[in-house]
Amino acid sequence: MPEGLKINKGAEDAVRGLLRSLLESGRVNGVLALGRTGGANGGVAYSLFTDPGAFVADGAALPLLPFMPANAGGLLSRLTLREPLAGPVAAVVKPCELRAFIELVKRSQGSLDNLLLISSTCGGVYPLDVGANGGLKERLPRYWEAVKQGVLDDDVRPTCRACMQFIPDNADITVALVGEEDLDTQCTLFLNTEKGAEFVEGLEGTSLSDELETEQIKRSHGQRAAYREELFAGVEVGMQELIRTFGRCIGCHACKTVCPICYCSLCYFDSQDCEYLPEIYESELERKGGLRLPPNTTFFQLGRLAHVSVSCVGCGMCTDVCPADIPVSTIFSKVGASVQALFDYQPGKDVTEEIPLMTFEEEELAQVAT
Amino acid sequence: MEKQEFTPKIVGFLCNWCSYTAADTAGVSRLQMPPSVMVVRVMCSGRVDPLFVLSAFLRGADGVLVAGCWPGQCHYQKGNLHARRRAAMLKSIFETLGLEMGDRFRLSWVSASEAPRFAEVAKGFTEEVEQLGPSSIWDEVFL
Repeated sequence: MPEGLKINKGAEDAVRGLLRSLLESGRVNGVLALGRTGGANGGVAYSLFTDPGAFVADGAALPLLPFMPANAGGLLSRLTLREPLAGPVAAVVKPCELRAFIELVKRSQGSLDNLLLISSTCGGVYPLDVGANGGLKERLPRYWEAVKQGVLDDDVRPTCRACMQFIPDNADITVALVGEEDLDTQCTLFLNTEKGAEFVEGLEGTSLSDELETEQIKRSHGQRAAYREELFAGVEVGMQELIRTFGRCIGCHACKTVCPICYCSLCYFDSQDCEYLPEIYESELERKGGLRLPPNTTFFQLGRLAHVSVSCVGCGMCTDVCPADIPVSTIFSKVGASVQALFDYQPGKDVTEEIPLMTFEEEELAQVAT
Repeated sequence: MEKQEFTPKIVGFLCNWCSYTAADTAGVSRLQMPPSVMVVRVMCSGRVDPLFVLSAFLRGADGVLVAGCWPGQCHYQKGNLHARRRAAMLKSIFETLGLEMGDRFRLSWVSASEAPRFAEVAKGFTEEVEQLGPSSIWDEVFL
């Protein structure tokens, strides 16, 4: 049974208190967490905090806000890409962001050194447009009520409602949220690693050994599985359907930009390789009697599926940013599930496990070659 | 009647060290083969990026053949084993999205000494694709 620390404060206060004490005692140099950026609508962004004052009640930091302005996995990669962090930094991230970061570390795009990873059992996040239109604040009471009951608010991202991996895998500290009926007054931090235990030393609370997977969490699993099936069944299959869906793509490549797994600094689809000579356009025109511009929208989406589906963590950023309302994340999650099942691979689960396309077994998949 | 006139366009990515040599020998030995496979020589089946396959299909290929050395015989030790994983992944994507490309894609092992086998693969795959008819993507403008 995992070791935990029960704190007699509400979850938000407890987490803020932990982060404040980490900064005050100098045990971490900074904290990566969501925070207010100001503005009438209450803009929110990931920020690196060094001032403990940000973590008082009504301070600038909002570590448990159900919102994802960017996948923090990608941000952690940027912080640690050139060199590992010089001193300890705590990061409060969602489980899928943590999975994305692990996938990036496997691709040598970041380092876990000096990072204290804090995550929580996750009740999903609201889509970006909810945040941009100031609707986040009014939904928060409803959100936390749903989290307490271990259900999901209907307005969170569809991919969150279909997410089966809402318990973080590689967090040093896991904040129990989903199904915790008393999270307004009490909070349990699970200390999954020695590092996690070390950093909370001296924090007021009672030690305990408890199961993270409560009945509520198991129930939530069931509900999510049912929604997932429904969501995946709604994906139109067939070439014509696919062309219709991706025919809406305007080629802005925003999905690629926000995708934490798409880390290439020069994407093939942005490169000169993807620009055709005039005679190619001419021959296509002659043959087809027309050509949609920009070209390569279906190619881009299928190509991206081939490149990232094996590691897709299902965070839902791509759907959120798509100006053409393509359910990118639903399609990627569905395809991702089948490709990941093929290789028996769970992205973000184990940092030492090799990415399936970077390795092989001598004896396998005999039926593939004929 | 139209079906008989249909000669599929198959893009064949052949490994320089085995399948390409086999295809060459098959030609020199005047083995009977349909003229459907358009050959792209690659240095290894492991060089075939999934994007090559997708690009061929989306530009209207009726079939795509990737041929390399038998497992254990790769000139670069393991390129073909990587190719096998990628092929499995592509098939899984095609299957999940219900795309006809799944039936129009083939990975085959043909060693340098197997010219008759190459002729057989080319013939067999061409027949399969003929059965499927022309690719529905051939004159799609939304690609």
